[in-house]
Amino acid sequence: MPVSERNSRLVYDALVATGVEVVSALPETWLVHLIRLAEDDPAMILVRLAKEEEGVGISAGAHLAGRRSAMLMQNHGLLQAVNGIVSLAQLYKIPLLMLISDRGHLGEPDPWQTQGGKATRPVLDALGIVTDELRDPATVQHQVTRGMTVAESSLSPVALLLTRDLMWEASG
Amino acid sequence: MRRIDCLRAIYDELSDCAVVTIMGAVAAELYSLGHRPNFFYLEHAMGLASSMGLGIALAQPRRKVVVLDGDGSVLMNLGGLTTLARYAPGNLAHIVFDNQSLLSVGGFPTATATGSDLAGIAAAAGIRNARTVGRLEEFTPAAVEAINAPELACVVAKVEAVGPGSFHMDLHLLENRFEFQRALRPDGGSKP
Repeated sequence: MPVSERNSRLVYDALVATGVEVVSALPETWLVHLIRLAEDDPAMILVRLAKEEEGVGISAGAHLAGRRSAMLMQNHGLLQAVNGIVSLAQLYKIPLLMLISDRGHLGEPDPWQTQGGKATRPVLDALGIVTDELRDPATVQHQVTRGMTVAESSLSPVALLLTRDLMWEASG
Repeated sequence: MRRIDCLRAIYDELSDCAVVTIMGAVAAELYSLGHRPNFFYLEHAMGLASSMGLGIALAQPRRKVVVLDGDGSVLMNLGGLTTLARYAPGNLAHIVFDNQSLLSVGGFPTATATGSDLAGIAAAAGIRNARTVGRLEEFTPAAVEAINAPELACVVAKVEAVGPGSFHMDLHLLENRFEFQRALRPDGGSKP
């Protein structure tokens, strides 16, 4: 499978290094290694979701109970979770670190991913969510740490888009 | 059976729990009995009270968590029942007030009015200890047991579709949020 194990490990290690203890996730191809790493880590609380919006509730509960968390989801999961993001995370000032696989962007071969790909950035922008792209393995740790910092200082959701360049080993 | 009587019957049991309620009548009625810092009223995001409860229960396994939910909200997050069942934290009790209607927005009937059985759905989702009660004499021991049981439990209480005279709560949602977070700290918020 050409999903990058090495870079998935980098992202996972960055989450752990920034103090994340709870990860909620719904699987998709680009996230398989990340989710396995969370599953294999006895110190991580992994919550497998039926639908992404639940993850906003999990993170809100974890935050109020004093634990750092992150959500792992596809960009279509972001679209699925919008009401929870607005009506819980934003309304109640919950820091919410969202790692979102950036499907449907440059290089996407699957037609079914392309419409959501076009909506991802405009939706994040419309919601006023601070967004950055994880692309260069050398800066992943730094960006994840900074993402958590601003999520907590602003008590707001932050989106880190997992780009094809980072997550996929084959070119194209 | 009236929801306010159910809430009154378990009010004292809630004193040491993290309590998450849904919006509307459940929040207003619990608030009317006397607000406590360990009560969080989720004033929007229908369906996510149970997910929040799960997040708290997993983050603080030694704290008892009680979710006071409603039929309309549970129906918005049926998948969440499968997530609750999968992790089944022993410190979580899920109490669902089923008045078969969306009372706060005009009383339109929900699917439980036409036969959908929430305790049956919860049981089929994998929550082994799930049941329906219809009388206060059944509710009180069932809810107390659910709160104190060392396993995830779900009690669906069939209640009348009547709400409080007023939904007013003199508590801003952010005030409630920060106060609740402080109450969940190991020191209970007593330290600066």
